[in-house]
Amino acid sequence: MVFEYILDPLHYSFMVRSLIVATLVGLMLPLLGAYVINRNLAFMGDALAHASLPSLVLGLLIGTSIFIAAIPAAIIVAVLVAYIFNKSDISEDTAVGIIFSSLFALGLILLSIYDEISFSLEDLLLGQLLAVSHADVLVTIYLTLLVIITLLIMHKQFLFSSFDPFGAKVMGLKVDLLNYLFLIILSLAIIGSLQSVGVVLVLSMLITPAATSKLLVSSFSGSMILGSAFGVMSAVTGLYVSYYLNFPSGPSMALTSTCVFVIVWVSGRILKYGQINK
Amino acid sequence: MRSENITPLNSDIVCDSCCVEFGSELVLDDVSFSVTSGTLVGVVGPNGGGKTTLFNAMTGTVPLAHGTITIAGLSPDQAKSLIGYVPQKEYVNWKFSLTAKNIVRMGITRMNSFTPFSSNKEKEIIEESLEKVGLLDRMNDMVQDMSGGQRQRVFLARALAQGAQIFLLDEALSGVDVGSQEELIEVLKKLRDSGKTILMATHDLNTISERFDEVLCLNRHCCAYGNPLQVFTPEVLEELYGSHSSMFANHSLGSHGHTDGI
Repeated sequence: MVFEYILDPLHYSFMVRSLIVATLVGLMLPLLGAYVINRNLAFMGDALAHASLPSLVLGLLIGTSIFIAAIPAAIIVAVLVAYIFNKSDISEDTAVGIIFSSLFALGLILLSIYDEISFSLEDLLLGQLLAVSHADVLVTIYLTLLVIITLLIMHKQFLFSSFDPFGAKVMGLKVDLLNYLFLIILSLAIIGSLQSVGVVLVLSMLITPAATSKLLVSSFSGSMILGSAFGVMSAVTGLYVSYYLNFPSGPSMALTSTCVFVIVWVSGRILKYGQINK
Repeated sequence: MRSENITPLNSDIVCDSCCVEFGSELVLDDVSFSVTSGTLVGVVGPNGGGKTTLFNAMTGTVPLAHGTITIAGLSPDQAKSLIGYVPQKEYVNWKFSLTAKNIVRMGITRMNSFTPFSSNKEKEIIEESLEKVGLLDRMNDMVQDMSGGQRQRVFLARALAQGAQIFLLDEALSGVDVGSQEELIEVLKKLRDSGKTILMATHDLNTISERFDEVLCLNRHCCAYGNPLQVFTPEVLEELYGSHSSMFANHSLGSHGHTDGI
């Protein structure tokens, strides 16, 4: 009975593709989210997602896959944002706020000019997971591999420069370069996830699973791994919920992720309350 | 001790007429001193007196407008691997939940350390370093659960793992209780005895002669450098703390003399 519910959607190839992409997004984003929440970069993540709108529109104009223009554009945006983050005289939040709102506005104008684009604004903002093509699946696999491999081989450097940036600099680590690299892979991961959860909801998959795991695990590496597990669980469950209840897929994944957070948080509070009153 | 009295022979650190500017502001003006190997030096001075800037210049993270610094005969940029830096606690992102072992491992992290795992050799270095600061039994404990003094010892172990010869501690005793301070000082003295050179920025003048071999008095320029029992003259205190130097008018090291009415 349960297996039927699980296997039934998989008779459709679009659902298989969606499931693969959802799993990859759930795996990839919380790995970076663990860094993002500890480094207070949630606003930066949101900004990168919004700033990617013009590049998504360009990708759609070129055709085949939205990633063709979106990936190089995402790298440029990440470098630009990181440069302003590092060098600007005005505060980081202000600089990032100006950039992301401007690029988002540019994306909206481009979308209104080129009405031949098949995606609606709603699809771009909230995601359209069920529309992913074979090419999109392949690109998402490559992006996920790139993010995971980069995090694996640069984990020590990212950790050191995030925990004690000045100490890392004193020891000869190129902290600015590491910041650029981190924002580039964050930007790529966000671009890779936009078709699933959209510009507005990408933050929910980036932040919420990582925040949930932080409630349960004290070690940083442990929170990265558990966050990914929560991410995959939320993405897959959300996709099935959207299939059976005919909900939009992106919001379903985002809300499932929030439900998991609330369950873990409330359980933790109840357990703590129980221990105090023993 | 002024520049003309400097004897750079056998010196780990030679700072010669160093000036640092931030914009048009001269933060360090003609600072000269030299520290011989195996010396424990206290760096004192008011807030904004240039202690942290001096450390930054020694680590090569702040450029000199004039003068030179040599570390074991090398420029600060060349000597990065020789300098172990213990940061002020405010500069560290404590949101990252890390074990003592995780932090000490950072001492052997280089830009080209392309594996997330530690080799057996690295594990040995980490354990030896933690043993030297007396925290081997707490290597798997979260630093967030440790006292301020223990955290500083973890950072010392990181510098040891790095293979540092010179240790710079920026306000390492700030917010650390007296017992933990003594434990940290004992560790520093052991490191000093093993030939390491240590500079620690501090505001505590009362215990300076018991804790340090030499003292560097810094208020944007080098007011004095030498034995703590000799350098704290009323003139030096006036130069260091200005009008507040009256607080130390009857100061004799180890006591808490104050002038009447203060």
